[in-house]
Amino acid sequence: MAHAIDIAHDDQPATGIKRWLFATNHKDIGTMYLVFSLIMFFVGGTMAMIIRAELFEPGLQFVDPGFFNEMTTMHALVMIFGAVMPAFVGLANWMIPLQLGAPDMALPRMNNFSFWILPFAFTLLLSTLFVPGGAPAGGWTMYPPLSLQFGDSFPMMIFAIHLMGISSIMGAINVIVTILNMRAPGMPLLKMPLFCWSWLITAYLLIAVMPVLAGVVTMLLTDHFFKTSFFNAAGGGDPLMFEHIFWFFGHPEVYIMILPAFGVISEIIPTFSRKPLFGATSMIYAIASIAFLSFIVWGHHMFADGMPLAAQMFFMMSTMLIAVPTGVKVFNWTATMWRGSLSFEPPMLFAIGFLFMFTIGGFSGVMLALVPADYQYNQSYFVVAHFHYVLVPGAVFAIMGAVYYWLPKWTGNMYSMTLAKTHFWLSTIFVNVLFFPQHFLGLAGMPRRIPDYAVQFTDWNMVSSIGAFGFGLSQILFAIAIIQCVRGGQKATAKVWGGATPTGLEWTIPSPAPYHSFTTAPEIH
Amino acid sequence: MAQSHAPNADQYYIPHGSPWPIYGSVTLFTVMSGAIATLNSWLPAWSLLPGFAMLAGLFIFWFGTVIRESEAGMYNMAVDRSFRMGMMWFIFSEVMFFAAFFGALFYARDLVMPWLSGDGTKLLTNTLLWGNYHGGWPTNGPMALGPRADGTYETVPAIGLPAINTAILLTSGVTITIAHHALLRGHRRRLAVFLAATFLLGFTFVALQATEYHEAYTKLGLQLGTGIYGSTFFMLTGFHGLHVTVGAIMLFVIWLRVLKGHFTPQRHFAFEAVAWYWHFVDVVWLGLFIFVYWL
Amino acid sequence: MNVNRLTAIDDKPGRPRGLKLASIAIAIVGAIAAARSASANTSNGINLPRGVTVLSRDIYSLHMLVFWICVGIAVVVFGTMIVAMVKFRHSQGAIPDTTMVHSTKVEIVWTIIPVVILIVMAVPAALSILKIEDTRNSDLSIRVTGYQWKWQYQYMDAAAGINYFSTLSASSNFARQLHSGIDPRTVPHYLLSVDHPLVIPSGVKVRLLLTSADVIHAWWVPDFGMKRDAIPGFINEMWIKVLPGKEGVYRGQCAALCGRDHGFMPIVVDVKTPADFKKWVEDQKAALKQAQAAPAAPAAAASAPPRTAATLPLTAKL
Ligand code: HEA
Ligand code: HEA
Ligand code: CUA
Ligand SMILES: [Cu+2]
Repeated sequence: MAHAIDIAHDDQPATGIKRWLFATNHKDIGTMYLVFSLIMFFVGGTMAMIIRAELFEPGLQFVDPGFFNEMTTMHALVMIFGAVMPAFVGLANWMIPLQLGAPDMALPRMNNFSFWILPFAFTLLLSTLFVPGGAPAGGWTMYPPLSLQFGDSFPMMIFAIHLMGISSIMGAINVIVTILNMRAPGMPLLKMPLFCWSWLITAYLLIAVMPVLAGVVTMLLTDHFFKTSFFNAAGGGDPLMFEHIFWFFGHPEVYIMILPAFGVISEIIPTFSRKPLFGATSMIYAIASIAFLSFIVWGHHMFADGMPLAAQMFFMMSTMLIAVPTGVKVFNWTATMWRGSLSFEPPMLFAIGFLFMFTIGGFSGVMLALVPADYQYNQSYFVVAHFHYVLVPGAVFAIMGAVYYWLPKWTGNMYSMTLAKTHFWLSTIFVNVLFFPQHFLGLAGMPRRIPDYAVQFTDWNMVSSIGAFGFGLSQILFAIAIIQCVRGGQKATAKVWGGATPTGLEWTIPSPAPYHSFTTAPEIH
Repeated sequence: MAQSHAPNADQYYIPHGSPWPIYGSVTLFTVMSGAIATLNSWLPAWSLLPGFAMLAGLFIFWFGTVIRESEAGMYNMAVDRSFRMGMMWFIFSEVMFFAAFFGALFYARDLVMPWLSGDGTKLLTNTLLWGNYHGGWPTNGPMALGPRADGTYETVPAIGLPAINTAILLTSGVTITIAHHALLRGHRRRLAVFLAATFLLGFTFVALQATEYHEAYTKLGLQLGTGIYGSTFFMLTGFHGLHVTVGAIMLFVIWLRVLKGHFTPQRHFAFEAVAWYWHFVDVVWLGLFIFVYWL
Repeated sequence: MNVNRLTAIDDKPGRPRGLKLASIAIAIVGAIAAARSASANTSNGINLPRGVTVLSRDIYSLHMLVFWICVGIAVVVFGTMIVAMVKFRHSQGAIPDTTMVHSTKVEIVWTIIPVVILIVMAVPAALSILKIEDTRNSDLSIRVTGYQWKWQYQYMDAAAGINYFSTLSASSNFARQLHSGIDPRTVPHYLLSVDHPLVIPSGVKVRLLLTSADVIHAWWVPDFGMKRDAIPGFINEMWIKVLPGKEGVYRGQCAALCGRDHGFMPIVVDVKTPADFKKWVEDQKAALKQAQAAPAAPAAAASAPPRTAATLPLTAKL
């Protein structure tokens, strides 16, 4: 067959700013996503530090209550849409073509488009901090009628969300099309690496729910500016209707943040257990069931909000069911380690941290799913503890593990193992100091989203804040490790993890991965 | 650089650098900024113009590039398949967008309205807050929101313009299918005629809907602010109308391309994409006709 | 009042023994955290309060049941992981068993077992919901309206006519200002005290009819085990029945983000014995009559109550 003889002359990246602005190369775009996400993680984290500083002691020390609410809202929006989601898209960009043996993403120009929308979206969102009336302050859930009270920031937030939605949908379409259309010949779907599988399903979720978010914030917009009555009982609407539509998006959204993490963990654990993933096929079915169930559980965010009895029963049962496929995943990972030959390089450490702490977050999730108990837990710090356990030592740890896993492949250099391990241990210790006491606070009766609290909550808030500062500072090590690695270091081999036998086509190409890989589809046996 | 790839059907075409995505991002940002400035009354409505001008440019430049590349034969069948899949998933996302509004419609009709009327466990909502309001669908709510002082309004009867519009869209669905068959068989003239008929029907639909809106606003007391009925009515039909307009413009562009001799019986992704889109718009209309106008 | 029925509730058969153990374990951990269980609630500072109502006790038992189930699963799952990490180390020369790729049998087992466990949790939960949602046959109804940022209590039934607002107490409000210079620790019940508490009788099924005048609020007193949103345009119902002998003052907070001062709209409930409550109602009504007789304002219980704080003399600050 005639092969790509003519491609050699532009195998070099364009130079200067054009390389990034006009990028069509999946690796360049992946890099931009990851860098963007790291910046946003620091921005959102700084907001969290402001929250934790104010909550260190009872009484208002630093910020006005209104500004505190702005911080809570922006922290969540930045972390979810700016840090975690783009990080996974970045990983998808880098790794999916490499794992599939594809020359690039299927729609390279659109790929660049979906990235470059994000900086603009966040410029819009973050600039609300400087407009009259301040940033949105109604929580990331934006429930009306409260959100209808925002000032000039209101349409800015809505349009920023529209932009993020457009970006996500295009990114997701690209992922799906790449996976369905660009696999190397001889790679059936069921033989595809788990990371690709998790992303295939995530992308499906994204396309299904981001438009719903767009729809519901559009209703919010018209309620505010054009006299519609979607969320106004006087006109025959219902504020709860917003919650229903929002959570129809919102619940799948939280799985959008965890399914790719599952994919990452399913790559790392076999590698460092030197043993194939246990029950790979059932892992795929588990992800698919979680995705399916995620569409029918949204009501669990609204148990205390006044839903009909039958709805409460239904949402309780369906939510609890999610524990089953998730359990299958946890058990399969454990079985993968069982009778393996384990070594504890940084990616593995993060994966093991994930296993433990995500499961803890999952347990509190099941507790929240029980309607009567949720009447107590709802809107308390117990919920905050729950979702930070699944998001921080869950999703974020998985992202960090993925970065430590593939960084040598991207840069061609090994990073400092000592630094990375220190980063892991400090993060793990502090993240527990940070979030575990929040369970206590919530159970003892501390509501979330408050800038100041009754004095009996002081001790655990102090502990939590100390954990927060420790965790925040530890993240500087992460940045250092990455920067060092980009700048140089011990050369990595193609297989990177040496004796460990990672599967996946990414390990068949040299490290660093050449600018164009798999211009000719590899043969799969 | 482009021609170095040109005849290589073996190679999945990867463009090497393109200015349009970043231009597109700036465009979207400009559109949104214009909308924000207008809504917040920072600037008059002309602030929307730069964005829309840039948006028109975006389509012309970006699609222009793609069309050129396509005509130069740079896309192999795999690229074609990517485009098709991309379009299908895009349409799926559109379906979900409409689903949100249909969801709102059903929720308001089948749950909120009975609750406000004191159904089931919500008896006290009715007696304590809404003074024995008894809603039926359509409703503009217990406070009878709307432009008229007495709170009344009329609805657009299904038999009338909406029925005619249904006929128009269904016919256009047929004409585009005929056009597609003509394309497959290489009957270029028939293709052009039926394609023209399709977009003309589309524009007629939009015109009729504009008349209907005018009627509703001036005579029927039915506006966006006419309670939940007005909200769902105008948001659903409005977004649909917007899609018809966009679809008709796309059909028009495709028609121009047909006149220029583009598309072959084997390769005509753009044509098919627009046809799918048109059918999607058609199906949404059926839903609207049934649930918004008729039932 | 039907006192017999009330005592019957308190005499309900004892709680399962596991729960005692649970509370002991929790208490031990709690001891490390020292005693911060201010009188404001019955929580030991790290766990749910057992509370003082019929429902709160049910909820507490459910909570402890699930908690211990989760601890049990955690011990098994984490235990296995830890054993794996200790036993199968590369550095100890462990040889991986690469043939171990799947086993339908174990996979079925670890699908079924969680299902069974979930059913064990779901059954009591479902029964409990049925009870919670049954707001019928209440003895007293009170309409509770949320405002940014205060609560309005309008009594119905036998106490109809009593109607007042409840806002953050002046001392807390003073101390909570940015740079107030006041140490919150010196303010009694900082952020958990109000000018006029809600007063309810113990031993009686009290039904709250929650709604809001502006944005969504939520009414939550942890000791009553219940929380419910107050939504503009709709009435949400919930009921509480404080166990006899548990009279006293209970505190909670608005639990739905409702704007700038969301953190500053506490809820205080003064639970009185039925006899004391009756007396309180009579006092209020007498005062109300007096106020009406005075030439000033017309009836306070009009459909649109004044936005200003209560015009009625009320119980002392709490
Ligand atoms: C990555 C994100 C993520 C993930 C994965 C989850 C996972 C789960 N979540 Fe969570 N959740 C959030 C993010 C997430 N959540 C966020 C952000 C919120 C708050 C939003 C807001 O209000 O701002 C929230 C809130 C939230 C609520 C609403 C609480 C309230 O506001 O009152 C509920 C209630 O049911 C819930 C339940 C669950 C359940 C049952 C799971 C399950 O998927 C967990 C399943 C996992 C396990 C159970 C562990 C492993 C399983 C085993 C070892 C098997 C055996 C176990 C058993 C048999 C129990 N979550
Ligand atoms: C993926 C999502 C994500 C992530 C990663 C995080 C990460 C963190 N979150 Fe966040 N959080 C949410 C999602 C997330 N959160 C959501 C959805 C809400 C609900 C919002 C709502 O109620 O609407 C919320 C709410 C929330 C609250 C409750 C606010 C309230 O109810 O009023 C708190 C309070 O402690 C908190 C804390 C933190 C902390 C300390 C971190 C830390 O992990 C952050 C650590 C990172 C850094 C600190 C940045 C890196 C380091 C530096 C910048 C160096 C400098 C460091 C120092 C100065 C110490 N978060
Ligand atoms: Cu009222 Cu929060
Ligand atoms: Cu959820």
